[in-house]
Formats: sequence, structure tokens, C-alpha cells
Amino acid sequence: MAAQIFSAIFVIIVGVGGCVAYFWGANKLVDIIFPSRGVKGAAAIDNLRRQGMIRPWLFVGPAMIILTIYLIYPVIETLRLSFLDRGGVNFVGLANYQWAFGDREFRNSILNNIIWLAVVPAACTFLGLIIAVLTDKIWWGTIAKSLIFLPLAISFVGASVIWKFIYEYRGEGQTQIGLLNAIIQYFGGQPQVWISLPFWNNFFLMIILIWIQTGFAMVILSSALRGIPEETLEAAVIDGANPFQIFWKIMVPQIWGTIAVVWTTITILVLKVFDIVLTMTNGQWNSQVLANLMFDWMFRGGGDFGRGATIAIIIMIAVIPIMVWNIRQANKETGGH
Amino acid sequence: MAVTTGKSFAGRFGVHIAVLIFVAIWTVPTLGILVSSLRDKDQIIASGWWNSFASSSQTEAGRLPPASAQVEKDGKFVLEGNIFGDGAARDISAFGVKSAAPTQYPAGTTADLGDGVTLQLNADGGFVMQSPKAFEGERGQRVYYASSAPPKFTTDNYKTVLFSEGIGRSFMNSLTVTIPATVIPILIAAFAAYALAWMRFPGRALLIAVIIGLLVVPLQMSLIPLLKLYNGVGSFFGVSSKTYLGIWLAHTGFGLPFAIYLLRSYIAGLPREIMESARIDGASDFEIFVKIVLPLSFPVLASFAIFQFLWVWNDLLVAMVFLGTEGDQIVLTAKLNALLGSRGGDWEILTTSAFVTIIVPLIVFFSLQRYFVRGLLAGSVKGG
Repeated sequence: MAAQIFSAIFVIIVGVGGCVAYFWGANKLVDIIFPSRGVKGAAAIDNLRRQGMIRPWLFVGPAMIILTIYLIYPVIETLRLSFLDRGGVNFVGLANYQWAFGDREFRNSILNNIIWLAVVPAACTFLGLIIAVLTDKIWWGTIAKSLIFLPLAISFVGASVIWKFIYEYRGEGQTQIGLLNAIIQYFGGQPQVWISLPFWNNFFLMIILIWIQTGFAMVILSSALRGIPEETLEAAVIDGANPFQIFWKIMVPQIWGTIAVVWTTITILVLKVFDIVLTMTNGQWNSQVLANLMFDWMFRGGGDFGRGATIAIIIMIAVIPIMVWNIRQANKETGGH
Repeated sequence: MAVTTGKSFAGRFGVHIAVLIFVAIWTVPTLGILVSSLRDKDQIIASGWWNSFASSSQTEAGRLPPASAQVEKDGKFVLEGNIFGDGAARDISAFGVKSAAPTQYPAGTTADLGDGVTLQLNADGGFVMQSPKAFEGERGQRVYYASSAPPKFTTDNYKTVLFSEGIGRSFMNSLTVTIPATVIPILIAAFAAYALAWMRFPGRALLIAVIIGLLVVPLQMSLIPLLKLYNGVGSFFGVSSKTYLGIWLAHTGFGLPFAIYLLRSYIAGLPREIMESARIDGASDFEIFVKIVLPLSFPVLASFAIFQFLWVWNDLLVAMVFLGTEGDQIVLTAKLNALLGSRGGDWEILTTSAFVTIIVPLIVFFSLQRYFVRGLLAGSVKGG
């Protein structure tokens, strides 16, 4: 263990030192090869121009290499693998896609993902907005926001344990140690094994993600609400608008752009949701989702790279519209710079 | 925003209550595992954690003997005995016969169960059940009773998970993964961000677009090709494909788009005059970056570091693909996942382990919340 800590520290030093050495050394090298000081006239200008051409690439170079290896190459390779067999050797055309849409588990995952997509972003955004508006009106709002924000720091696995404890089931008549069943039993209801109720168990898993992500929506929307000009709200009050009218007709339209950003951010997160399903049910009782199914196929029976890649591509296809929208937005904003 | 406050007292009161309910829903689950992790392991399964401070915490159920044990006495049918059998007697404070009201009657009193049937249960467990008619059925009457064991809190669970369940080792493994994976991307991203913000070169706009596109590429797209690549590199050099170096680089790669995006938008917003006056003074891009941009960018570097730290610490997927599942490599999240499978019902182990895994993020989060929120606001286009 000591060796492990030592090697971690060593790597930090080597890694950071290596980065510093690279950037400093490469920069120096350019100065030496194309000197701009001590050279006269046209040569100096020439060298300055050459420096200006090379130096940006030295700065972005390491990042580009890593991005290429870890993200750009894999995207292309995954697309290629989705047309190959399980070992990634023989071309099988669209067989993996045909398999996917004929597979019961895959179709169940798609259906579940659609439910997740319909419920979680909407619930997080709505709850986040409500909490942001309410906490703005009370003196202890900052503390309340901090506490609601807190689950965002908790890992999905940790959150799954937390909620599994809430959903814990004991036979009827026994002392329930799971909070949910205890409440149900207190009011005379039947305790249930919540995570194995087909269809409804999806919602019990979604609650975990909603619990984590509402804080995110709340913080972003709260800051957007602060940006609404005070005069607009005052004018509405003078005109006799009630709080609900102010909320729906003034606040919501004013922060529409931010709501869209929060919504799409959570949408992408939902498409990738994996940890919660793996730890709570591992896809049993019809609760499978695409990301967990993909992980499953990566290793199932020694791994089927063709099918795994196909499922990854399908997740990617769902993300592409958001990706295009993001790039357009960013281009609009940075167009002038 | 004060103008929108409901004017009425009821309206304001309602807002407080509503926020209180939200706060309760968002904190009670975490509180549950914190309290449970400190409880005696026998008490965890005996009563809900919300009862852990009450001394009547152990509500148990038992059965009286079946009808065959009855005796007839003075024209009444009687069942008599001790509910604890020959076992050690405990102090019963109250009892009941319905699961919804397990402590309906104080110990020592006689409960009227209807149809003339009465049941008396004493503090020492002795009971007398009487009925004018003969008892029937093979199963005896169910009885619920609260025995007043004093609440017991202990740190034994922490000792167990840290030293004999391997959580302590995993904690070190998580640190080993997280710290280099947080530090390495910062410098690489900062240089790239500066170039993309302040240096003119062909292809810059395209690069920015690519990085924004990569922000939302699901991790799932990278896993299989990288697994193949790692296996290939591993077998080429005759080493394991699952190494700390491998996961550090993987986390660096996956964190870079967000790092560059976040740092670029901040660095691009630095005042132009500072850059230009430095340039006029003869400073090169390298000097401007090191002496001006880096110090000024401290807040955003801190924001990114917190994000990356939390993301790597809480990650399960990357660790499960690129690291081993044995003692010297398994990280906290993966260990917790494994415990869920192997120690499914042992809540003293699970709640304690879960609390150990979330304590570091919670400390980081609370102490550096300001930077975290700033990063969140600046980078909310990211897919998480």
C-alpha cells in the first residue's frame, strides 16, 4: 500500500513535471530555431511569423493527442465495430442492429430509457424551479438550497445504497426497517418489494436520479431567476398579477433558455445512466436500460464487442441532436471572438 | 424577488412548510445511513433507524402457543406461559396484537381482544390469555411487544468495514486514482484553453466546435475501443492491461473536453487590455500565459479541479472497465457495488461503507461549494 501511495505521488510529480517540461521546452525550442531577438529586419519578422504559426499547435497539441486517442478514434472505431461480429473480426453488415431490434431485452431497455427520458429531466427541472422560487423568499433559503444541493456530491452507487435502505422490505407484520415500507405499514398498507415490481420499479430507480439532480437544476435556475429585472416583476405586481401568474407568465418565459440547457444536460445524463440500475437491480424485473445493457454485453460470455458497440451507437444517435444544438449555440455566442 | 412574496401570513407560512418538506426529503435518506452506521448491528435490524434514540426501539413479534396448549379453568379456556420461553427475559414495556398498533397496551394490563377474549402480558414476558370459548387453529395468537432496550451507539461498524471488509484499502485505491487524474488534465487543458481563446491560427473555430461536440459524447462510445487498445498494449509489452496509469490517462481524456470548454470561456473573458499591454512590453505568449493568465484563472482552475475530483471519485463505470476488481486495485464505488452483492442484507456493513464512500465528496463539496457552483454555472452545457 505504501508503494502504491508512493507511486501515485511519483506520478503526480512526473506528470505535472512532464507537462511543465514539455510546454517550457517546446516553447524554448521554437525560440531557438526561429530566433526573433538578436536577428535583424526581414528575418526577424519572418521568424516571428513562423513562431506564430507553430506555437498555438504546441499549446493545443497534447490536448489534441489525448482527445484523439480517448474520444475521437473510439467514436469511429465503435461505429466500425458495430458492423463486425463479437470478436470484432468479420463483417456482418447490419446483423447486430437486426439482432438489437428483435431482442426482447433490448426493446425493454429502449422502452425504459424513453420513460426515464420523459420523467427524470422534467421532474428535476420542475422541482428545481419550484424550490428555486420558494427558497428565494425565505431567510434560511441558502441553507435549504445547500442541503438540497448536497446529493449532487454523492456517487450514484452511494445514492443507490441510501435508497435501497429506504426501499428495504421485511415480511408483513415484521418491524419494517425501510422507511418507505414503515410509513406504508403505519398507515395500514401492505409493504412491498419496491424494486422488483415490474414497470413501477423503474420509477423507484428514477427517484434516485431525481433526488441527485434536482439540486443541479435548482442552482442553475435560481441564478437565472436572479437575472430577471426587478422592474419587470414589480410592474407585474402593480398590474395585479397573482404569484401563479407571475411564475408562469413572467418568470418561466424569461428563463426559457436556461430551462432548455438544464433539461438537455439532464437528458444526456439520463441516456448514460448506468450505476443506479447496475447496483439496484442489474436490469432484473424489466428495469434494464441501454447503458447497463451495453456494459453487460461488453463482458457477457467473454464479451460481444459487436453488440456492445451497436448499443453504444444507439445511445450516441439519441445524443446527436443535442450535440448539434450545442455547437450552434456556441458558434452564435463565440462568433465575434 | 421579494415583491412576489405572498402577502398573507398563511402564504408565507406555506412557503416555509413547503421548503421544510423539500429539505426533509432531500436530507432524511442520507441521515438514515449516517445514523444506522453508528448503531449496534442487532438494533439496526430490530427497529427502524428513526426510532434509534427511543429506548422502546425494539418492537418485536412473537406467537403464543397453539390452541393445543390450552387448559380449561373455572369454565374458561386459558393459555399461559412466558413469551420468551426459557430464554433470558427482557423488559417489556408495551404490547399489542395488531401490526399497526404494536404497543397498544402497557405491560401488565389486560387487553380486551373482543368476544370476551382477554390477554395479559407482563413485563417479564409472562402471559395469560383467556377465552369463554375454546381456542382453535394450529397457529397461536400473534403478539407484538416493545422491549425497552436502551439505545446503543458504537463505532464498531467503522472498525469492521475499514479494517476487515477492505474498505480502508479501497479508500487508498480511490485516492490513488483520483488525485493524479485530477491534477494531470489541468495543465494540459489550461494551455489548450489559452491557445483557443487568445491565439490566432487556422482551424481554431473548428477545434472549438469539435470540443463542444465531444462534451456530450457518451462515455459508452469510448469503452470498447479503449478496452481493445489497452488489451493490445498490455499484451504487446507483456504487462497487465489494468493499471493505474491506464485509468489516469482515461480520466484525463474523458475530463479534457469539459476542462478546455470551462477554462476557455473563462480565459476568453479576461480583459483584452492586460494581454495587449503585456504584449507591447515584449512578453511572449508563453510568458503571458504563465505570468498573467494562470494566476488570474485560479478560480476556474479550482472549479474544474473540484468537478474532476468528484467525478473521478464517484465514477464506477470507468473503474470497472479499466481497473481490476482485486484488493490492490478495487476503488470504493466498485467495492460498495460488490458488497451490495455479497453482503446484501447486512445493513451495518452497507450503511457504514456507503458513508465512508460519500464522506470525502461531502467534505470537498461543503468546503468548496462556492467554486463548485461557479463551475456549474459556467459549464452547464456539459453532459455531466
